[in-house]
Amino acid sequence: MSEVIERPMPVPDAATGPYWAAAHEGHLVMPRCNDCGKYHFYPHPLCPYCSSAKLEWTPVSGRGTLYSFTVVHRAPSPAFAAEVPYVVAVVELEEGPRLMSNLTGCAPAQAKIGMPLKAAFRKLSESVTLPVFEPQ
Amino acid sequence: MSKTNAAIVGIGESKVGSVPDRSALQLQADAAQAALADAGLKMSDIDGLLTTPVRVEHWNMPCGVVAHHLGVRAKFLSTVDLAGASGCGMIHQAAMAIASGQCSTVLCVAGQNLLSHGSRAKAVKSMAEGGSAHPQFEVPYGPLVPSLYALVAQRHMHEYGTTPEQLAEVAVTIRRHASLNPNAHKRELITVDDVLKSRMITSPLHIFDCAIVSDGAAAVIVTSAERARDLKQKPVHLLGQGYGLRHSHIGDTELTTTGAVDSGRDAFRTAGLTPADVDVAQIYDCFTITVIVELEDLGFCKKGEGGHFVENGRIGLGGELPITTHGGLLSGGHPGLGGGFFHVVEAVRQVRGEAGARQVKDAEVALVHGNGGVISIHCTLLLGV
Repeated sequence: MSEVIERPMPVPDAATGPYWAAAHEGHLVMPRCNDCGKYHFYPHPLCPYCSSAKLEWTPVSGRGTLYSFTVVHRAPSPAFAAEVPYVVAVVELEEGPRLMSNLTGCAPAQAKIGMPLKAAFRKLSESVTLPVFEPQ
Repeated sequence: MSKTNAAIVGIGESKVGSVPDRSALQLQADAAQAALADAGLKMSDIDGLLTTPVRVEHWNMPCGVVAHHLGVRAKFLSTVDLAGASGCGMIHQAAMAIASGQCSTVLCVAGQNLLSHGSRAKAVKSMAEGGSAHPQFEVPYGPLVPSLYALVAQRHMHEYGTTPEQLAEVAVTIRRHASLNPNAHKRELITVDDVLKSRMITSPLHIFDCAIVSDGAAAVIVTSAERARDLKQKPVHLLGQGYGLRHSHIGDTELTTTGAVDSGRDAFRTAGLTPADVDVAQIYDCFTITVIVELEDLGFCKKGEGGHFVENGRIGLGGELPITTHGGLLSGGHPGLGGGFFHVVEAVRQVRGEAGARQVKDAEVALVHGNGGVISIHCTLLLGV
């Protein structure tokens, strides 16, 4: 019997539902603090800068730069085997937060720290879309 | 230097490497019995127990499962889960339990059959999806656990000019130390060229830049300084300790500076020591880059100079600061959360002067550093005789 190859999918929850819903519609949103005005990511229940609970999902530009990256040559599971080599990236957004993503739209060898990037959206299923980044 | 009222009086290891005929509890029992024999104590002398979770089995309450199966009548027991910093954390938490008067002699034990329990592919998948990466915001992008550290390495190279050769130097030095440890998992010598030509896993990390996967367990017995005076071994005192945490997941951090800055500062402050006082440092070495970043953050060199620091034999035996003298996680053995505990055992051997062919001459003060998560949570100990 062959093993079922299942790609690990994000499972939205009460704290993250708006992020995934926006991504599915092709937008990037981040929690922004209504007290101190700062954005943060990944989502915390309290603002990491001032501990306020007055957080609101707010659209961000989707523009940023490549902060760091790695070219993955050995897939973590069979679900990713067809995609190697691929780039796992950390992106720094113009608004400040950093997040992990994949770099698409260029060869892994072209990845360079500091390169300008913009968000793109990769539909994984009928209900889940993954934000990825490509060169601006 | 100051001393807390806690002393390490017994150390033990199970066989480390591929040990397919022993379960997690059996490996822990082997290590515990070795530590009791080392201390000249019986299981009935133990009245406190600390352990860590394991990955190969589900234990509803790990400290209860281990205490019951090892036959410990515990007045105090707890499960310490600081991921890779658990080994260091157990020693300090044992010291606190003793200082409170709740118990007098604590067995700290950790380890499992991480290698033999399942296939290597299963272990890689389970680690990639098992918590180091954020389940919603990181795992779907396909990072290996090594990828999370590769992001640190790439950024460090960009900011400070650190080179693949410098990373490789760490693996080569630690392998040389493992070759002198009869219980180490990987003992064949390697060169910088071997590391650079080994399989690229997740750039810039090659397979030899990554920790191995092993079976094994380690145990340490902690008691009060007063009680330690009547026991068989020269007591090794806990001189100071510190903790640090600056992020939980790696994707939203600055990558190249860690909570080791805080854990190291507090360890030196509580001990009344400085990095210059350290004779041997058992640095957590899940990846080669980890060592470079930790040497900087603990204050052995300036930020960005870690790559140069590891060159020219400085971190090897006979060098200015011998590190991870048992072979660490890169070569000695890495059975999960118990992995960092071998660093504690080796620090005790070094300051006792019992490290054999890998003894650091006149070692009196040892630093032990553990990190858990993705250079997330840190615990630093200073030990001395």
